[in-house]
Amino acid sequence: MRHTLAVLVENRPGVLVHISGLIARRAFNIESISAGHTEEPDMTRITIVVDGDERNIEQVVNQLSKLIDVIKIVDLTEEPSIERELALIKVKATPDTRSDIVDIVEIFRAKIVDINRETMVIELTGEERKIDALCQVLQDHGIVELVRTGKTALSRYPGSAKEDKEQ
Amino acid sequence: MKMTGAQAVVTSLQKEGVEVIFGYPGGGVLPLYDALYDSPLYHILTRHEQGAAHAADGYARATGKVGVVIATSGPGATNLITGIATANMDSIPMVCITGQVGLSIIGKDSFQEADITGITTPITKHNYLVKNPADLPRIIREAFYIAQTGRPGPVVIDIPKDVFTSTIDYHYPDDIKLRGYKPIYEGKAQEIEDTVAVLRKVKKPLIFVGGGVISATATDLLGKLIDQYQIPLISSFMGLGTIPASHPCNLGMVGMHGTVAANRAVMDCDLLIGLGVRFDDRVTGLLSKFAPNAKIVHFDIDPAEVNKNVETKHRVIGHLKWSLQALLEKMAGQIPEETRAQWNVWLEQVQCCHRDNPLIFKKTDKVIKPQYVLQELDRQTKSNYIVVTDVGQHQMWTAQYYQFNRPRTLISSGGLGTMGFGLPAAIGVQMACPEESVLLITGDGSILMNCQEIATLVEHQLPVKVAIINNQALGMVRQWQRMFFHQRYSHSQFNNGGTDYVRLAEAFGATGLRATKMEEVPQIIAQALATDGPVFMDFQVCSEENVLPMVPAGASLDQMIEGAVD
Repeated sequence: MRHTLAVLVENRPGVLVHISGLIARRAFNIESISAGHTEEPDMTRITIVVDGDERNIEQVVNQLSKLIDVIKIVDLTEEPSIERELALIKVKATPDTRSDIVDIVEIFRAKIVDINRETMVIELTGEERKIDALCQVLQDHGIVELVRTGKTALSRYPGSAKEDKEQ
Repeated sequence: MKMTGAQAVVTSLQKEGVEVIFGYPGGGVLPLYDALYDSPLYHILTRHEQGAAHAADGYARATGKVGVVIATSGPGATNLITGIATANMDSIPMVCITGQVGLSIIGKDSFQEADITGITTPITKHNYLVKNPADLPRIIREAFYIAQTGRPGPVVIDIPKDVFTSTIDYHYPDDIKLRGYKPIYEGKAQEIEDTVAVLRKVKKPLIFVGGGVISATATDLLGKLIDQYQIPLISSFMGLGTIPASHPCNLGMVGMHGTVAANRAVMDCDLLIGLGVRFDDRVTGLLSKFAPNAKIVHFDIDPAEVNKNVETKHRVIGHLKWSLQALLEKMAGQIPEETRAQWNVWLEQVQCCHRDNPLIFKKTDKVIKPQYVLQELDRQTKSNYIVVTDVGQHQMWTAQYYQFNRPRTLISSGGLGTMGFGLPAAIGVQMACPEESVLLITGDGSILMNCQEIATLVEHQLPVKVAIINNQALGMVRQWQRMFFHQRYSHSQFNNGGTDYVRLAEAFGATGLRATKMEEVPQIIAQALATDGPVFMDFQVCSEENVLPMVPAGASLDQMIEGAVD
């Protein structure tokens, strides 16, 4: 089963190397990883999507927790949470096909953020499946380039991940 | 107080109680060596950085204190790698200080530059590149704390040359603020209670000890548990010495070259209590057939060890000093008489198996049998030396035939299996324990991997006695080729006309002795033990001997190849 882990780490040089290195050498099955600043300047939050059975996930969490710069790991799969991913899609768009693409973009509540004589760039934020679906439809028009951020996620609980809930 | 970065390092090492350091100077650490010139720290100059790393490791293994090693940037630092990886696999506390090129030229492929934090990330508990000189005291404080608390391990501090030379306002912090590192000592009482509840119901409990018991200094508590409840015990290679070899409950080493009794006990037991063990593949054999009838309770300080290799029903996470104490308290009066009676039957059963299946080899007086040398070394040193080994057949024969009776008396590279570890590690051990007698058991393959350290041994006149089990081959490689590769001895023989180890020792200024016949063995050993200073004994043993019993890699523990070869 796929798990979404929120990993809070010290905002220090080398910390991403420590994390990605550990994932690689322990041969963990990571589907996506995304990182960014948080409400605290000295803390970075990394969202990792990992696939595996309960024992695999336990190993990922325990091994990552051993890294000195990892402050805390919360498994968001176990609690209600909001999950989002951002995609930028460059699609072939001739004058003939433009209106068709604009229709598709509207249905998906995506945005057209750039346009030139041959292509358009579409931005979509949403759950993974929604992005997958849009990509599938746009394939008929020819996707020139595609970039996805990987999933980020936030718990719906009033508190923050850095606070201790139990333990 | 104002001082340079280099002085700050030296001052901080002293504040951490460091007395001995091992190292090798070079351009990147010249300022540090300049500061060492005036310091009371005792520095051992090895002849290779790898030797310094293993010596610091040996020092740490013998004492439990943090071993400290210094190397210069680039090749100096990369020469430490095998030593760091060795310490990491066996959870040995070490602080490695490496020089680095100046801050402004990092990343420019400068002379003697190597990205040592990048290189050591997978083989350290933690590492630092010091970019701000003011951070030095804090980082050294943290490094020592991280190295020796929780599950111990090596920490690398990479210090650029200009950080050593810049002036800082020195203050050594009392407190450590590490949000992501809170080593566990006390665990959950519930986990102890669950263990006791399981114990009450089982008929055939078996205790499996590893290096964690030694590292946690929990051997006394373990002794109490064994004595009080008479539970049979098996040991990993790293756990040898936790309980005296002669203890009636001790069935010896388990795994690939373990005793018949220990391996059979794993197959038969209905509860296996692992104490500070990793369930390494050399122990378990085929995982799916490991302890097939048993529930497993895993005691460890590192939660990541639980369920890593074997699936575990119950766990007790915490320092073994806490968990064994708690277990003793909770067990008091809780084990029913009838259960105890069943445990006694089980103990007798495994003891009987142990008596019926002793370690054997075919004795002969035509050649020197390596096992005979080990038996004789054990007898003449009264099972009371600190024994350092290298890696290979001699290492397994040491585990089988030397009677380890005290913790920290077997010093060997268990997890990584590093040939060349022995000689430098023996230097570290003898430096740490001047009152103890140190015996290095090595092979003709291993000794040549770091034989430059004979110079270090002689320089400091360390009275280490070295037994070279010389079979003119890479014995363990040959054994596998003999057993599993149709006797195709591909590049495992030393066709060098026989290196003269006596003259090698003498060239460095040590004493060299040789035994070529069986009857010479006892007198050579006696002569070596009676000689002051370092002595090398070249035992020219037969090269066709296998380490047995043996569980082939990937087989289950009941598929042992037993018996003795001619």
